[in-house]
Parts: sequence; structure tokens; C-alpha cells
Amino acid sequence: MPPPITRRELLAGGAAFAVVSADPVAAKTAPASSEAAPAAVPVDLKVNGKTHRLRLDARVTVLDALREHLHMTGSKKGCDQGQCGACTILIGGRRVLSCLTLAVTVQRKEIQTIEGLAVSGELHPMQQAFIDQDGFQCGYCTPGQIMSAIACVREGHAQTDADIREYMSGNLCRCAAYPKIVAAIKQARAKMVGA
Amino acid sequence: MRPFTFEQAPDLTQASRLGRHTGQGQTDAGVQFLAGGTTLIDLMKLDVLRPKLLVDLASLKAAANPVEVNSKGLRLSAFATMSAVADDASVASQYPLITQSLQLAASPQIRNMATLGGNVLQKTRCPYYRDPSWKACNKRNPGSGCAAIHGFNRNHAVLGVDQSCIAQYPGDFGIALIALDAELELHGPLGLRRMPFSSLHASTADRPHIETTLLGGEIITAFHIPAGPWTSRSLYLKVRDRASYEFAISSAAVALDMDGDAVRSIRIGLGGMAYRPWRSNDAENLLIGKPLTEANATAAAAAALAGAQTHGYNDYKPELARRTLVRALLEAKLLPMPSAGV
Repeated sequence: MPPPITRRELLAGGAAFAVVSADPVAAKTAPASSEAAPAAVPVDLKVNGKTHRLRLDARVTVLDALREHLHMTGSKKGCDQGQCGACTILIGGRRVLSCLTLAVTVQRKEIQTIEGLAVSGELHPMQQAFIDQDGFQCGYCTPGQIMSAIACVREGHAQTDADIREYMSGNLCRCAAYPKIVAAIKQARAKMVGA
Repeated sequence: MRPFTFEQAPDLTQASRLGRHTGQGQTDAGVQFLAGGTTLIDLMKLDVLRPKLLVDLASLKAAANPVEVNSKGLRLSAFATMSAVADDASVASQYPLITQSLQLAASPQIRNMATLGGNVLQKTRCPYYRDPSWKACNKRNPGSGCAAIHGFNRNHAVLGVDQSCIAQYPGDFGIALIALDAELELHGPLGLRRMPFSSLHASTADRPHIETTLLGGEIITAFHIPAGPWTSRSLYLKVRDRASYEFAISSAAVALDMDGDAVRSIRIGLGGMAYRPWRSNDAENLLIGKPLTEANATAAAAAALAGAQTHGYNDYKPELARRTLVRALLEAKLLPMPSAGV
């Protein structure tokens, strides 16, 4: 019996098969004239300090590269249209939407995701604060909230409750855990000074 | 998303050459420039924009100095992110209208990505434009009609519209630029040239699929905002359906210079209201030489909305715009006078 494969592995395998016969050189010199799947291009992504060499269709977003190609599913796909913030990650230390960023455009830049926050099994102060303050219900928006919250504190935009609400407005929580998210950010803010 | 070829432009000249088939944003434009991507990638996912070639301008971004201020005015790089300029202290003190128009727009994540050049070229949020399952959209599909005129048009434009299109220009920064007489620095087939910002966005003119007056391959490289006593006494008032991270349903940009109790000079832009960034010379002319009283502000606001055309669900907009403008004018009057020498 062959080992069972997961849905994700099956989909990833199918995607790899679809691009294997394409010629990247031809695609680079002439714009595609048909709707056929284009050539894969080599893409180096540096995620949480480790460089991954991938071959991707140019349409692949950073979010899909993380989830479907690197199997790092911490960053979440909410709307996939830049409206909800669930996919928020840090690129070059700044919070951005990975669903609207093409992977091919961020090669060799420092990408930080929720998976890279804990050090030797110890949670980042913001992760611990979300647990301590009960800053979520379903938890789907939480990785994006935490990445955005860390940037919010580092930017100096977490001085007051009003500031936190304004500068966290790009992260929607349909469970409406907002008051506890504000409390979590205030807790972590004190521990992050100098961090 | 449809397949495309991806090219990174090494410099402006190459970018312009690669982009010569840009079609001012029409759905069938073969080439699109990629800057922040917050509009373009979104609309490609929605199958509204279908470029065959994407030309990435990232290398041009890296070289750009975001903000330069001197006694003649302000130069903003078109490749600067919204957040870089929103956080700049000299812009905030001397051109608060610009800072506010950026800080009140989008979300922190989007402001970290979006560039100023892309911001002024952002597409309308008209839901019939953004959803290709609606066949009738003259902007997306020339000659097909307008689904919004008899549709759900609550946040559609009332100024600068015609029977071909009532889409609203959604931006905030563009309203500040048109109020402050900004000029564009362009690079393209004609080399380097300057153009008033007010000439950038085309009128509907029964052909709403032609959105700008840029030439094929032409790239916005900078915005020049002339200095004047009105720039520091300025503000952007934005009215939204929710407190943050939302497009305007009405906004007003005001820059004011007073001579004692009388208005010496005033610049007024309206957002959330028009087909393109909207300057209200009619309202300005009514105020010059007069005291800025509530009665005079109300008369100016009436003049600003005199040509409004509504289509049902947006009947509320002219009154909201008048009240927005009156409040913005009276708030501008309360701002401190610029200090001497500025």
C-alpha cells in the first residue's frame, strides 16, 4: 500500500505537474498569446530566516506560496481581496497583506510569519497576551491580528486605546473580540519595550 | 487570475518602453505597471483587469527619496508608500491636508504597500465595475451600458457624471492634490514632462473606459505641490460609514488664507462625490474677499453642489456634501494662522 496523501499534498503535486513542461525562457521574451498556464519562474523566499528555493507560476501570491508550497498554514486566507487582514505578515519588518503581494516581487526580502514568532518553544509576548486576555473566539483572524499588533506596537501606534483601534482597523474580527484584542496589545506593549 | 508574463523594469526608460501598450486602465490593456499592487492584483483576481504583461516598478521605488520640502514647495515621489509620506513630520506641519488625506485612507497594511502614483490611479469601487458577471458597464465593456444608473447606487457620484457612467472616484489623496494645485512629473515617450494634476483624470465624455490622459508607457514619477500661505492652514474632513478603514461617502479638502476677517485665498476639493477628483472654483469664488461666516459657507456649499445629478439611492449625497463642506470651512477658520516667514 502506498502511504496515504493529504489533500494539500495532492493539490501541490498537481500544481507542480502542470508547470513542469513549460519553458521559462520563451515566456520571458514573448508575452503569452494564449490562456495556457504560463511558465514557472524561480523564486527565492526567505521566510523566518530560512531561504526556500521554489519554482512558481508568477500569479502565486506570497500567501499561497506560504500555505500551498511551503505548507506554512499559519497565515490565513480570509477574503483573498485585501479587505480582512487575516493574511497579514511582515515583509522587511513592515506589515503587509500577503494575499495582494506576488511572491515573485519579494524575493530575498525578510518575510516573517506567525510560525517564526516563538523562540525555543516560548511564545512571543503578543501571542501570550492574546491567550491571557482571551483575544479571540474562533481564532481564524488571530495570526493576522498578532502580526499586525506586533507591527502596531513597534511603529509606536499603540500608545492609547484610540490609537490601537485606529491602527488595527485593517484586521477584521467577525467574532468581534475587539475589546480583548485591545487589552492584549496593551499587555504585550509593556513587555515588548526594547524587544 | 489569467496568466501573464512578469518583467522587472531595471530603470525608468526600460519600464516606459515595456509599458508602451498600457491602455490607461482599460480592461483590455495589454500591459499594466505594478507598484504596490493593492488595486491591480485585487482587480486581476476579480477578472476585471486582464493584462498579458506586468511590469514591476519595484527597482524604481528603491531609488526614490520620498519627501523633499523647500521654500518653493513640496516634492513627493510617486514611488513613496502612503505610510512613508503620512508619517513625515515636515509634511504634517506644513501640508496637514496631505497628511490627513493619507492617514484617513485604507488600513496600515495597505498604506505600507500602496504607492502615491498608484493611489491616484486607483479604480472606482463601483460594484458593477468590480464584478464582471454584470454585462452592462461602459467602463469595463465599452458601449454595454451602465448597470448602476438604475441599480444600487448609494455611493455613486453626483458630480461630473453623465448617462454613460456614474462611478465615483474613491481616493482621498487626489482630493488634496487637486485642492493644492499639484503638478505631476511624468516620464515616458515624450521624455520628462509636467502636467497639472487636474488634467490627469479624464471626464466621462461618454467614454468612461478612457480613465486618464497618460500616454502609453508614461509613468508618474513625482507630485509637486506649490508652497503658499494656505498650505499650513488646511484640513481634510472625511465622512464614512464606519470610523476607520473605509472609503468616503463625502469629504472636503480646504486650504485657507485669511486677510484679517476676510478670505484672501481659498482652495476647495470635494471627495466621495464626483466622477473624478473635484475642485470647486464656484464655491471658492463666492468666498474670496468675504468673512468666513456660516451663512457665506452655506452659500458656497450650495454653489459647489449646484450641478449635482442623483439617481435614487444617492439622493442624500448633495446635502451631505454641503454639510461636510460647511463644517470643513468653519473648522479651517479655527486653525491657527501660519507663522511669519513660512
